[in-house]
Order: sequence, then C-alpha cells, then structure tokens
Amino acid sequence: MIISEQKPRKEILEMLTDRKRIFIVGCAACATKCQTGGEDEVKEMKRELEKEGKKITGTIVLDTPCDERIVKKDLSSLPALKNSDSLLIMACGVGLQTIGNLIDRLLVPALNPLFAGTTERIGRYYEYCSLCGDCLLDEFGGICPLTRCAKGLLNGPCGGARDGKCEVNDEVDCIWALIYEKTKEPLKTYYESRDYKKILQPGKRVVR
Amino acid sequence: MSRFSERLKSKKFIITCELFPPKGTDLTNLLEKAERLKGIVDGVNVTDSQRAIMRISPLAVCHILKEKGLEPIFQLTCRDRNRIALQSDLLGASALGIENVLILSGDHPTIGDHPEAKPVYDLDPVQLLKTARTLEKGEDLAGRRLKGIPKFCLGAVANPSFEPLELQILMMEKKVRAGAEFFQTQPIFDLKTFKNFKEKISKLGAKVIIGIFLLKSLKMAQLMDDIGLKIPKEYLKRLGKTEDPLKEGMNIAVDLIKNIKNECDGVHLMALGKEECIPEILRKAGLG
Ligand code: SF4
Ligand code: SF4
Repeated sequence: MIISEQKPRKEILEMLTDRKRIFIVGCAACATKCQTGGEDEVKEMKRELEKEGKKITGTIVLDTPCDERIVKKDLSSLPALKNSDSLLIMACGVGLQTIGNLIDRLLVPALNPLFAGTTERIGRYYEYCSLCGDCLLDEFGGICPLTRCAKGLLNGPCGGARDGKCEVNDEVDCIWALIYEKTKEPLKTYYESRDYKKILQPGKRVVR
Repeated sequence: MSRFSERLKSKKFIITCELFPPKGTDLTNLLEKAERLKGIVDGVNVTDSQRAIMRISPLAVCHILKEKGLEPIFQLTCRDRNRIALQSDLLGASALGIENVLILSGDHPTIGDHPEAKPVYDLDPVQLLKTARTLEKGEDLAGRRLKGIPKFCLGAVANPSFEPLELQILMMEKKVRAGAEFFQTQPIFDLKTFKNFKEKISKLGAKVIIGIFLLKSLKMAQLMDDIGLKIPKEYLKRLGKTEDPLKEGMNIAVDLIKNIKNECDGVHLMALGKEECIPEILRKAGLG
C-alpha cells in the first residue's frame, strides 16, 4: 500500500493561513490503514482546526480518493463544497490530484506520501517495490534488489555491508545478504541494465 | 598496451597506491606526492570523490599525472553518472591515453558531504565492466557504431573480510566474466583472513592486488577494527605502546607485506595522505 505520514500541524496551518472555510477529505484505503487519513484522523483534524478558529464546512472519508469514479459519485456534487474556499486532503498525492481533476478549489495536502511498502505495525514500514513496470520477482528469491538495496544493484552486493547490515544505514539489512540466504543463483546469472524508460518519466504515465 | 597492463601480464610483483584529488583546483600537494612515487609504483589510483565527498574530477587528475610520467588508474564509480555519462567518460579516458580503469559502485551520497544529491546507480559495476568491453568492440550500449575504438585495462574491487566469503568469491567470478582483469582489495591486517581468501581465489583468472593500509594511530586502528577489518591484538598493542604511532604503523605495514609478498600478485598501498611514507615502507619490505 501507499505508506504516508501526516505533515507537521504547523506546516498544515501555514498552508491554510488565509483560508477560512475548509472541507476535509480522508481516504478509507491506505491512509486509513496507516492511521493518517481515516475517520479518526479526520475528526481529530477537524477539532484542531476549529480550535485554530477555522470553519470546517464538512468532512468525508472517500473509499478511494484515487479513483475518479468514486470522486465523481461521492464528492463532486456535495453542497458543502460550494461553501468551502479550500479542501484539506488527507490522502496521498494521487488522491489529491484525482480530486483536483474534478473540483475547482484550492487543495491542500495534509500528508506526505512516502512509498509503496509493507506494514510491520503502525509507524514501522518498509519500502518493498518501486513500481518499475517490469517485475523481476521470479528471481532474487522473491526479494526486490532494485528497491531494497540502497544502490539498486542487480548483479550482487557492494563490498560495504557489515554484519549483514547495509553500508548506508545500519538499521536496515543488506538486502543481498537476505537474497543470498534464499538463493545463490543471482550471483551466477548476469542481469542486464534496466530499461528506465519503462520505469521513470515519461515511461509509465498511461496504461490503456 | 599500458605499462600497468604489461606488468599485469608479466609474472612480476605489482605495486599500486592511491592519491586523493583535492577539493579545489590546486594540485600542488598532490603533484609533490606523485613526484616521489614515480618509478616506485606500477600504478597510481586516482579516486572518484571517495566517501562521496565532492572533489576535482579524477579524469582531469589522471591526465595531468600521465603527462608527468606516472601511470594512472582512473577510478570510475556508478554513483554520479548514468550510462550516457559513463560511456562518455570511458571514451574520454581512452582518448587521453588512460587505459587503466578501476570500476566500483561508489560510496552512497548520504554518507558524504552532499547527502541531498540524487544517487544515480543507473548501471551497477558488473554492467559497467561489460559496457566497457562492449565499447572495445566498437559499439555502444545502444548498439551504435563508434568512430575510433577504445582499449581498456579493467579492474574491480573485492573485500577479503566480507562474510560470507563465498558470496564475495561468486561476485569476483562474475566480475571476471564481465571483463575484470585485476582486483584491488580492501585492506587486510590479519593473516588468517588473507590465507582463507587466497585459497578461494586460486582459479579466478585475474590478478589480485592486496590492500595494505597504513595505520597512523591506535584510534584509527580501533575504528578499522570496529568496522569489521579484524586488526590483530598484537598490532593494537604495538600502536598503544609507541611514542611514534606513524612509525609503528609503517613497521606494521612492512611486516604485513613481508608476510604475504611471496603468496600474492601484488600490494595496493593505502596511505591516506601519508604517501610520502610509501617509498620507505617498500624499501624496508624488500620491494624498493
Ligand atoms: S522488480 Fe521490484 S520494483 Fe519492479 S515491480 Fe517487482 S518489486 Fe516492484
Ligand atoms: S550494503 Fe547491501 S543493501 Fe546496502 S548498498 Fe551495499 S549491496 Fe546494497
């Protein structure tokens, strides 16, 4: 899922400085799971903003704010929007932009989306996939070196790991130690350089 | 063929060392050091913004060293350049008569002095070795023909203290298949580590030049020990007792070289700014 954290309150308030009538949108999917933009967090945000003297014109937690169909159905025609000078979006950047496609108001992000990752518990997440458009997980023992090695090395580790920890951050495993535990094959196979036109802009913007 | 490459192909013992390009354009100090190494070492590595600390281009420094009659080994990391820049620099090196290239991934930007920089790693070292060999066939990575074909003597790095060692050996074999002709290793301090390593590389088919590090103080030795480069207790004791740690560090380097020199292809001296000590170390170790 898309892992996110809330922006510091101070930053949110600064972005809302001249805004008086605010509508809050949460997300029932990833941001709920991360406890950054679900029902509870939306309520909490409403309370805090009211304390700061803002008028909250309404709130909603959309099923998936990243889906135009949902935004059209559940948000676009709400009368409260007419009364609002801005929307505070407690969803990832995909959600915010999807809403922006359909609603002509100032949109303010309340979250910092971090990565596509897995959850150990709330607050402890690991990035697992860079959405590269050409999944290699039939190899590498099902562990993605492109994402989980700090240098994205496909042909084996750098020489820097210590006690199985990455040279860049000793709180994180050197992913090549984990891959090697599962399979030695990748050390014997040559992997071509990746096709980054599939991975980075303008590669994966549209799928028909 | 470069002088260094000829030396690799001979049965002779190989001696290399490294120089760190400065932050800035003043090469006075570096060139003074280089002058003293002339005729004493077979190759001088020029590091590529080592520890991810921004320095003057190693390619420029290699060119100047070559003009002064030294034999440079151009260190090229995958950290800062995508495949276009890497190929372009390889061609540039060749046009300047710089054949010896040591290929490595490069320390990650976050540990250096520009931690905000975008890490590149478009190619990994194995892919870059292959790419250099592709250029030698007159073609670039996109399959386009080159006008004027480069020639390289390619090296890679290895870490004899890596655990599990078997993984490191597989990695070295992969690098040889990709085109590495020589390796320069992380420093070795402990003879058991050396023996273990040596046994496993006998069939590698590339020259392995063993890293020898000049310990300048007890503190430095402890630091190296902490990062997993097993320093024998005896050395720590010797460095702890002495009035002149640098001299003792030189003695340790001499002892190490004497102990391994008949059992390896060569040594790579890492003197970390004290390159002026290298001639004396080599002389005392019977290599000068
Ligand atoms: S190879 Fe890695 S980055 Fe690409 S899709 Fe698979 S898990 Fe994601
Ligand atoms: S230590 Fe391991 S995970 Fe970290 S950069 Fe090197 S190979 Fe990648």
